[in-house]
Amino acid sequence: MSVRFGIVVFPGTNCDLDTKAALEASGVESHFVWHTATRLDGFECVILPGGFAHGDYLRTGAIAAFSPIIPALRRHIDAGGLVIGICNGFQVLLEMGVLPGAMMRNRSLRFICRFVHVLVEQADTPFTMNCTPGQVLRMPISHFEGNYYIDEAGLKSLIDNRQVVLRYCDAEGKCTPESNPNGAAFNIAGICNADRNVFGLMPHPERASDSLLGSVDGKLIFESIAESVSGRSIGQAG
Amino acid sequence: MTGLPDVLREHNLTTEEYERIVERLGRPPNRVELGIFSAMWSEHCCYKSSKRYLSTLPTSGERVIQGQGENAGVIDLGDGIALVFKIESHNHPSFIEPFQGAATGVGGILRDIFTMGARPFAILDSLHFGNLDEPRTRYIMRGVVSGISFYGNCIGVPTVGGQTLFADCYSKIPLVNVMCAGIAGKDKIFLGKASGPGNVVIYAGSRTGRDGLHGATMASSAFDETSEERRPTVQVGDPFAEKLVMDSCLELMQRGLIEGIQDMGAAGLACSTSEMAARGGTGIRIDLSKVPRRAANLTPYEIMLSESQERMLLVVTPQHKEEVLDVFSKWGVKAVAIGIVTGDGTLVVDEGTKRVAEVPLALLIGQCPVYDRPTARPPSQARPGAVERVDISLKDAIEALVGSPNLCDKRWVFEQYDHLIGTNTVVGPGADAAVLRIKGTKKAVALCLDGNGAKAAIDPYWAAVSAVAESFLNVCCTGGKPLAITNCLNFGNPEQPSVMWQFAEATRGLKDACELLKLPVTGGNVSFYNETLGESIFPTPIVGMVGLLEDVRLVVRPGFKRAGDVVLLLGKTDPRLDGSELAGIVTGSRGKELPPVDLEAHKRLSQVLLKLGRDGLLQSAHDCSEGGIALALLKSCFVAGDGSWPGVTVSVPSDVDPVAWLFAESPSRVIVSVKQEDVRRIMRYLERQHLEHTVLGEIGGDAFRVKSGHSSLFSATVEHLWRIWASKLEELLAGESK
Repeated sequence: MSVRFGIVVFPGTNCDLDTKAALEASGVESHFVWHTATRLDGFECVILPGGFAHGDYLRTGAIAAFSPIIPALRRHIDAGGLVIGICNGFQVLLEMGVLPGAMMRNRSLRFICRFVHVLVEQADTPFTMNCTPGQVLRMPISHFEGNYYIDEAGLKSLIDNRQVVLRYCDAEGKCTPESNPNGAAFNIAGICNADRNVFGLMPHPERASDSLLGSVDGKLIFESIAESVSGRSIGQAG
Repeated sequence: MTGLPDVLREHNLTTEEYERIVERLGRPPNRVELGIFSAMWSEHCCYKSSKRYLSTLPTSGERVIQGQGENAGVIDLGDGIALVFKIESHNHPSFIEPFQGAATGVGGILRDIFTMGARPFAILDSLHFGNLDEPRTRYIMRGVVSGISFYGNCIGVPTVGGQTLFADCYSKIPLVNVMCAGIAGKDKIFLGKASGPGNVVIYAGSRTGRDGLHGATMASSAFDETSEERRPTVQVGDPFAEKLVMDSCLELMQRGLIEGIQDMGAAGLACSTSEMAARGGTGIRIDLSKVPRRAANLTPYEIMLSESQERMLLVVTPQHKEEVLDVFSKWGVKAVAIGIVTGDGTLVVDEGTKRVAEVPLALLIGQCPVYDRPTARPPSQARPGAVERVDISLKDAIEALVGSPNLCDKRWVFEQYDHLIGTNTVVGPGADAAVLRIKGTKKAVALCLDGNGAKAAIDPYWAAVSAVAESFLNVCCTGGKPLAITNCLNFGNPEQPSVMWQFAEATRGLKDACELLKLPVTGGNVSFYNETLGESIFPTPIVGMVGLLEDVRLVVRPGFKRAGDVVLLLGKTDPRLDGSELAGIVTGSRGKELPPVDLEAHKRLSQVLLKLGRDGLLQSAHDCSEGGIALALLKSCFVAGDGSWPGVTVSVPSDVDPVAWLFAESPSRVIVSVKQEDVRRIMRYLERQHLEHTVLGEIGGDAFRVKSGHSSLFSATVEHLWRIWASKLEELLAGESK
């Protein structure tokens, strides 16, 4: 069956077009959903793309978390639908309380845009099933607030429940302080919820989906989602 | 009561200019009208000192769709696609308030691009600061870079390249030149024209406040010790608001609902209304009581001259008016009809039923005084002491240059910019030129900014020629064919004959180089009065070049690729250190003359380079400029790695002084690396083309080695040198160095 992705666009979202182009390159159908919509029916996966929703005024993602689309997003999550928040989208998911923790400004107090390496800690999520555990992916980050914070108990619970999906590492896959670009706790670059159907990550897979631009590792994420969704649907049908 | 001389001083108008207004208007202007004249007759808006020189630049070419005189230049990329591009300076505001000054510089140039119907897809910036030992310079640099980062990142346009240079003369007046390029449909270009009497004039975007009052006149006068008190004349930027304005305007254009459009930049409503009507050969009448405001008790004078950001002026037919307002409303952008296009050649400004200004456009726009200011070659121009010998060891020279502010890694700057958004950045910051693909085609655009004020201080003519030549070569290094340029001319006070001489010489250089290399100049920007307390900056002409790659898969990058590849130098080395970075660092003087550019030879080199690139024979290409052969080789090592770096071993000819040969900055040279198996074929081709070339050495190992015959002159690991290069700027900004 064909997989349909919904891409939620807030005023100030700016990675919407890039995300759609990357999905198209992976052969996935996607549609934009304006933030004032109140339904998300018919989408197997919903993407909250990167950008500066509502200018990121007040706090990153804070205003977007109260958009008219949000109740529909919660219903989608509760029904087991997949959601991936990239960069600003991750920040929105944190503000919604769907994922635990919070974002602080980068340790350097500067915006950082560069390619980084991330280690796949969990390959048994719908978002990383085409990766192998311990695989190193090369993707760009581009953010001011990516310094992930969570208290000790929260971190322990994330680790115990295998919710830490991606960690910043060096080219060899070692998660060192030097390979942590923004000061994130436990080098965390991406986490999922306990039900494993919501995924937030700071790196931009849509910017690593074309060899001409330096990496195709991001495609693994989009293709994992597409495959897991069609697999699931086939399972349900059978 | 303020006397007339004070009023004129406040408005930066001379007595002669005032008398011209009174005589041609047939009466003394009222205060609102005087304000409008002061803005429109400012250097910033009417180019009164520079016009006669700018008019000598070549502007036509088969690919030019729109040359000078519009909001931006437009060239044809083929396949129905056009490239819209321009550069602007925001030097004065960036000194007074670095963050907002730079941010609104980005906002302004973005509006110039989307105003033409193009979606902006790349920003480049040329930044010049003072000495980083001074805390004030560090403050300005941090502010400027974060301002550009804040605005560009938020609106979602990648900042993909540019330059960051340092010299003491920029301490009190930094240069912030921002270039933007956008892609549009060739037949979907919009102009800043108010056509069709009876059409509706619409104001859209942010509300009007008092910010930015007199911005244009501020940028047209020199600074003194009270300059910091001018902070209220700097505007405040809101990239989120601008993104909504941009997205809504692009939707209106796509739906064909607009007759004409212009942004409200310098001199705000006064400039946009009068320029649009003048270009349309019409007239315009607006009612200020309809203008959305964010401050109480704004006077008509303030409303006309406010430079509040993120505002647009549109002309639409009465039939489309409601549809246009609906689109703005969907995007949450404030928009109101504030007037109509008339046919009477007059700018009429009402406030409700009261007439507050009435000025013939022919006078306001057409009869701005144009000056032929006196020029005189400054005595200091022939600086004493040609560079004869620079006394430094090869090791010290290499380490000094790798860690010099001008040549060290600019990662601290460009990593604060989102240079990847748009997913088009094939070659990003830190290369000779940035390369961005055009989605849906095989094509890509190459873009770069070049210029060197320290060299222009020695000889503005040859420095301008070099800036054009170097940017030309930078684009060719990537495999792009250069198509056109825009320029930003940053100079001191034009009322000083020495400054005017520098300007005349620099524009003469631009003209000669562009004519010979067949490059049209599609527009640009002049920034005069870059001086504080009588001290001028170096004359600093900056060239923005655009080029086209027909097939992006053939892009050539600057980094070395593979051990065993052979490194060649194309072009002839003149081992004199005049004008060089090394001479400047070691002796404090770059000498009194610059190496001239043989433009014919330069063209030949560029053609050879393009041919080798097209045939897929280049593993890498990087031009030799600041720091000469040595720095070009090292940079090709530095940018090749992502955690590990290839080494290279090179041989210096036995009959030269190694330091002079490695660090001379003679123009028209490129370092390429090629596969072993292609060397013989390439050499034969180079010989047939009568292009001077030298085999420098081979890539391999992890060290940078310099030999002469069998003796080793220098050896150090690339990683060691990379660490100096990569960390220097951050150290300097922390105030830790020295």
